[in-house]
Amino acid sequence: MGKVIEVNNLSFGYDGRLTIKDVSFSVDKGDFVGIIGPNGSGKSTLVKLLLGILRPSGGQIRILGENIEKFNRWDKIGYVSQKANAYNTAFPATVEEVVSANLFSRIGLFKPIGRKHRDVVYNALKLVGMQDYGKSLIGNLSGGQQQRVFIARVLVSEPEIMFLDEPTVGIDVKSEEELYCMLARLNNELGITIMMVTHDISAVTVHANKLACMADKGLVMHDPKEEDAKKYISQLYGYEVNLHIHQHNCDNVMKGDEDNV
Amino acid sequence: MFEVFQYAFMQKAFITGTLIALITPAIGVIVVLRGFSMIGDSLSHSSLAGVAAGLVAGVNPVAGAVFFSVFAALGIEKVRKSFPQYSEIAIAVIMSAGIGLAGVFSGFVRNSANFSSFLFGSIVAISDFELMLVMVLSVIVLLFLLLLYKELFYITFDEQSARLAGIPVRVINFIFTIMIAVSISVSSRTVGTLVVSSMMVLPVASALQVAKSYKQTCIYSMLFGLISTLSGIYISYYAETAPGGTIVLVSVLILIIVLVYNNTVRKLLLKNSARASAE
Repeated sequence: MGKVIEVNNLSFGYDGRLTIKDVSFSVDKGDFVGIIGPNGSGKSTLVKLLLGILRPSGGQIRILGENIEKFNRWDKIGYVSQKANAYNTAFPATVEEVVSANLFSRIGLFKPIGRKHRDVVYNALKLVGMQDYGKSLIGNLSGGQQQRVFIARVLVSEPEIMFLDEPTVGIDVKSEEELYCMLARLNNELGITIMMVTHDISAVTVHANKLACMADKGLVMHDPKEEDAKKYISQLYGYEVNLHIHQHNCDNVMKGDEDNV
Repeated sequence: MFEVFQYAFMQKAFITGTLIALITPAIGVIVVLRGFSMIGDSLSHSSLAGVAAGLVAGVNPVAGAVFFSVFAALGIEKVRKSFPQYSEIAIAVIMSAGIGLAGVFSGFVRNSANFSSFLFGSIVAISDFELMLVMVLSVIVLLFLLLLYKELFYITFDEQSARLAGIPVRVINFIFTIMIAVSISVSSRTVGTLVVSSMMVLPVASALQVAKSYKQTCIYSMLFGLISTLSGIYISYYAETAPGGTIVLVSVLILIIVLVYNNTVRKLLLKNSARASAE
């Protein structure tokens, strides 16, 4: 399996103080990585560095085999942020309009969205089970549905890596489970590499095959199925953490989900 | 009833009005959705300073207005970077500077009637040069909005994701800022500096009440802008009222009608249909 992300001795700081120091890790194609750690440990900062939004103070980042400084295939990178920060809920946009927006990388500047692009939008919405909501206003959907729409928006550009920054904030438990199962399906069936910042440790360990644990300016990569993972994460958060490392069945969750659509 | 259309000055007024009625709400949709409704006020006051400067220097006042408001728009962008969490500060700072300059320059203007015609507009006194200027600039603005429709939507909805998708956000924002400034300074000649920002916001406010998508918001905004401008000019001719003020009052009336419809009639209809389906 090829490496899609390689990070070597990465450091980053605000106002002269380092928040990330000498971090090195790699992510293989098809990995599902849960990025966990206490508040202020640098999880979101790491994602912003990997997305090129922030520039490292030191070290090197390679995305899809290319140095991030020269990387220009951003259409192959998807990003889903926390819903609350992403947009104004009263914005008068339909689900189709929101998803179509990301077709830019396929269509290019000045050209309008055509009929064939509408099929791409429909297919992306179908992948997240939202195909019947195309004409609905984004603000009229529930938090879980909105996040699925934002994932569909990312899918229209056929990404190889998808970053998610706490996508389950403000979402009920059932929608959260549906979201995890949907991401697992995209990861398994389409081979999309997923990197997800989260505080839902027990939920992410069900689907992730790697846990990037961040603390004390550093990052340690764990396999959630390893015995010492639970001990390490409990130390990280300062209390006993239970990891659901059993095999989780998403079939029922997704079936119930489709019934609702 | 149709004699109003026989006069050349009224024909020019209707052509100019139509163009202004299309460009100001089209730009206004993006301005309102980005939460910068007051930018119109800020730039129109700056354009007034340009009008005064133009009259003092003996340059065409509309050209002076365009120059000053473009400069002011770029100033807003610059100041906003210093206060990223309080973007309205930039708008207030530039508006204050615009009012200050307009006040000082107006003291040197000999023909005060000419200057005050910019305050409330003089759509029926448009010169051929101004008509041509409005036509050319309106076509440029409309073309820009049409060609960059999907990019402007994405930037307005979620600027960070738009940047990640590869959209040249900075360049498009820069051009858009200039488009706002140009639209405002051109419109201030016709509907007046004091009311141009209302033209940018009121039709959009009405459209937001009825639209079911972004596309519909754009279409309804332009439609409401067109209805209020054309009927405003028409009414002002027969009622002998100021065209700029009349246009704005019609826009307010449309908004009131839409709000009343949404809050009472529509709710009543929904209640009745719910009762009928229950029975």
